[in-house]
Amino acid sequence: MSGFKGIKKKIETAAMSRRGFLRWSSFVGGSAFAGRGLAARLRRGPGGRKESVRAAASAASVQEDAAVRVVRTGCPSHNCGGRCLLKVTVKDGRIVRIEGDDRPGDAIEDPQLRPCVRGRSYLRRQYHPDRLTRPLKRSGKRGEGRFVPISWDEAAGFLADGLTRIKAAYGNAAIFVPYGTGSYNQLNGRQTAQRLLNLFGGSLGFYNSYSWAAISRATPTVYGTSVTGNQRQDWLNARYILMWGWNPAEIRDGTNSEYFVHKARERGARVVCVDPRMTLSAVALADEWIPIRPGTDAAMMSAMAHVMIVENLYDAAFVRSHCLGFDGTQMPAGYEGAESYKDYILGTRDGTPKTPAWAEAITGVPAATIARVAREYATIKPGVLYQGYGMQRRAYGEQAVRAGCVLAALTGNVGVPGGWASGIALQAPDGGPFWLVFPTGTNPVKAAIPSFLWTEAVLRGKDMGPADGVTGVDRLGTDIKLIWAVASNALINQHGNVNRTARILADESLVEILVVQDNFLTPTGRFADLVLPACTQFETWGLEDGWKYGDEVLLMPKIVEPPGEALSDYAICAKVAERLGLVEAYTEGRSERDWVAWAIEQYRKTRFPDIPDLDAFEASNAGVYSVPVTRPAVAFADFRRDPVGHPLPTPSGRVEIFSKALHDLGRPDEIPAVPKYIREWESPFGPEAARFPLSVIGHHYLARVHSTMDNVDWLIEAFPQRLFINPADAEARGVRDGDEVRVFNDRGATVVRCRVTKRIMPGVVALPQGAWWRPDKDGVDRAGSVNVLSSERWTALAFGNAQHTIMAQVEKART
Amino acid sequence: MSRLGFFFDASACSGCKACQAACKDKNGLEVGVLWRRVYEVQGGAWRNEGGLWRPDVFAYNVSIACNHCELPICRNVCPTAAIEQREDGIVTIDRARCIGCRYCEWACPYGALQFDEPANRMTKCDFCADEIEAGRPPACVAACPMRALDFGDIEELRARHGATAAIFPLPAPDVTKPALVIKPHRDAARAEAEGAEVANWEEI
Repeated sequence: MSGFKGIKKKIETAAMSRRGFLRWSSFVGGSAFAGRGLAARLRRGPGGRKESVRAAASAASVQEDAAVRVVRTGCPSHNCGGRCLLKVTVKDGRIVRIEGDDRPGDAIEDPQLRPCVRGRSYLRRQYHPDRLTRPLKRSGKRGEGRFVPISWDEAAGFLADGLTRIKAAYGNAAIFVPYGTGSYNQLNGRQTAQRLLNLFGGSLGFYNSYSWAAISRATPTVYGTSVTGNQRQDWLNARYILMWGWNPAEIRDGTNSEYFVHKARERGARVVCVDPRMTLSAVALADEWIPIRPGTDAAMMSAMAHVMIVENLYDAAFVRSHCLGFDGTQMPAGYEGAESYKDYILGTRDGTPKTPAWAEAITGVPAATIARVAREYATIKPGVLYQGYGMQRRAYGEQAVRAGCVLAALTGNVGVPGGWASGIALQAPDGGPFWLVFPTGTNPVKAAIPSFLWTEAVLRGKDMGPADGVTGVDRLGTDIKLIWAVASNALINQHGNVNRTARILADESLVEILVVQDNFLTPTGRFADLVLPACTQFETWGLEDGWKYGDEVLLMPKIVEPPGEALSDYAICAKVAERLGLVEAYTEGRSERDWVAWAIEQYRKTRFPDIPDLDAFEASNAGVYSVPVTRPAVAFADFRRDPVGHPLPTPSGRVEIFSKALHDLGRPDEIPAVPKYIREWESPFGPEAARFPLSVIGHHYLARVHSTMDNVDWLIEAFPQRLFINPADAEARGVRDGDEVRVFNDRGATVVRCRVTKRIMPGVVALPQGAWWRPDKDGVDRAGSVNVLSSERWTALAFGNAQHTIMAQVEKART
Repeated sequence: MSRLGFFFDASACSGCKACQAACKDKNGLEVGVLWRRVYEVQGGAWRNEGGLWRPDVFAYNVSIACNHCELPICRNVCPTAAIEQREDGIVTIDRARCIGCRYCEWACPYGALQFDEPANRMTKCDFCADEIEAGRPPACVAACPMRALDFGDIEELRARHGATAAIFPLPAPDVTKPALVIKPHRDAARAEAEGAEVANWEEI
């Protein structure tokens, strides 16, 4: 191998003075393969040129340098579905390389936590030239994006004075730290501000999330709990896996989820993907792709139930012994006359049998395909119907969730190895990782709103009550007057109807003080009165566990210094606490590292009794503590075995196909007691389709985690922001691959280049969510930011966001 | 001495490009320089039957770096003998001798040669020879979340996985004899027969 070392040395010392040979470059000519191979088709991208190779041999040479450190750490958490291990090489105080998990073995019980393209590209975010390095104060109008740098003293004073003034004028409930997951580990993120505000007398609370509002509300209506998922190694016991709107290869719904499905398929499971897009998961994991019109999942599920019922394929014994409300024989007392699930499916009351032919017209899926999938799922057992979350961020998202759970019950796949109960599927036996152990304390303000209704609370909080999902009080009593957005771009970019939100935030009489704390000047940051520069998760201490799944804890030591004056979320809060006279109560004398040690002790007391303490954990440089899963837990196994001795925590103790609680809400058209297909308020079947005939979905994209990492060049190169459109829809509009198109409806417009692709069904276009809103002088977005098209309307039961329910039109851009 | 080669499982590749980013991170590659690239193949068609759109569509991915060919045509066309092949098969470029004429880039039917324009030098995958020397896999192989990439003695890889070295859109292997073994995606045969296309040229 000495030959390579010699060459490497030459690379490192390569002289730039070989101009004498440059004349050779004029000899560029053809070759035997010109025009035939891939090389002949190579393109150079929009810039038209290839740029310099940076320090070609730097990564190789660092290994010989004594000043080099290698640190294993958790990948910075931004609320993707993964939690992965990084091996970070540091030289002269700068990260020079980011590798993945290198633990030996990679066994299925404890597989390597290999990061995705985002984690592997993190260097380009870490050392991005646009990092915020100083506090900024607004110097122009709200949203203009004009700022002047100020000192930390002035910045902390501005926020502390603002909090004090708003508290005095309107009360603590006028203060709000909104939903946001741009920084999302135990010591980094919005919870640091929540802790401070709880000491300050509280702030307006919120519940649910932009990710899971409908599924987290709907799942317990069926099972009484959200812990409906088996540990994932159990998928290897499945013989049939229905990935319904579920795309683990792109969203990373748990590190390794796509790998587990792959392994299940290797062991003989048949895998079918139902999705409007032929996703990366469909290509790599599935035997069959079934495109379905967005927002119609409950119709296909109902038709599958129809097939199972009329062909007698459902698990009648399980339904009889474990379920409630399937048919007239098992309605709850006092509700004997209500419509049962079987009534609905067979059309006994409404006159419409939910046949595959009925569903074909709604879903776009051929009736024969629906019937075949129903037979497969009912007979190839055990089977997994895994519900993605996109289908529940829709107008009647609760219905698809409940319909999926009911199919799992009808097929008897609940409580058995290789089966799956569907729903939100937090991991058995204990619900999986803890979302937060960092102690925020108790909020003295009892009022809470659904996370998605914050604009309502800005406009009319005074009069909001339970009808708007407010909990804890009968009436909110005040509007939101101060917003402190920590690691949140949800105010503009990720909230429904960007143009509406921008108008609300621009009005200084509504939100009087707007503070944004982040790594970059996001579109939300551009509306701030005060911008606080937060460090990245490589620049402070942190700790994370396995997101939804996982039996591991990842340590995130401080690896490098932050740039300029950037500080950790915790340190920023401590500065503000000092101005409020709360610093001792806030910090309890603990540094970030001390809190990590504290959090590890919480893990030791709960899920991980054998976890090493911080000193040992850090000294090992393992980066991760994991517990191998050798006997994967199965949700509801006890209930399955003995439904009387181990009833579900539902009112009846059974799987509630019919829900008394939902029936009693008295809104059967929007909140039926059995799951139903309900036509969305914007759909291809309504009058709106005349002007806006295309369904728009804003799927999760590998280029970003929501809106985080939108500015990372390696990711833009790998996955550029495009409108994905079927050739039939493109041709009808005179649009060709690569053209700029204008996507618009009554709420807004965006201009973006398109990708004409067969991997999306006709009538549907996809504009990946998260691109940073960039309005031109006419207010037209030029970045492909999907939320200029989405709506602020919320779902009936969960008060959740329905941001994927969008109809729009596409035309070739005029410019 | 045994010769090194790559194994690529096209049936398992999702096209996630973790391999591409891992390579860029390892080698410090700027935008536009892709020592490992992922081609997205699409084929088939949508048919409208009585108002109902029915897909007969397929897609798969091909992740390709340098194949360190047994007959490295890049080396053969280099006018300054800057490209060399080691005993273990790894094809390297001596930047000091490269004059940036780009002959090799034209010659390579895989697009493996990637030009560093400001430096006026050609660059390419070196199989992470330093990693291999240290007993570790190449960055791309270690990165794959689907475990769809592997490397090793090319004869061992062929014994284990078969001799397939080309699926669409790759050229016929008899020209350069790539040190590459591919497990084809189920639709690779259709792609050959029906004239599929690369759908993501702008990303490559």
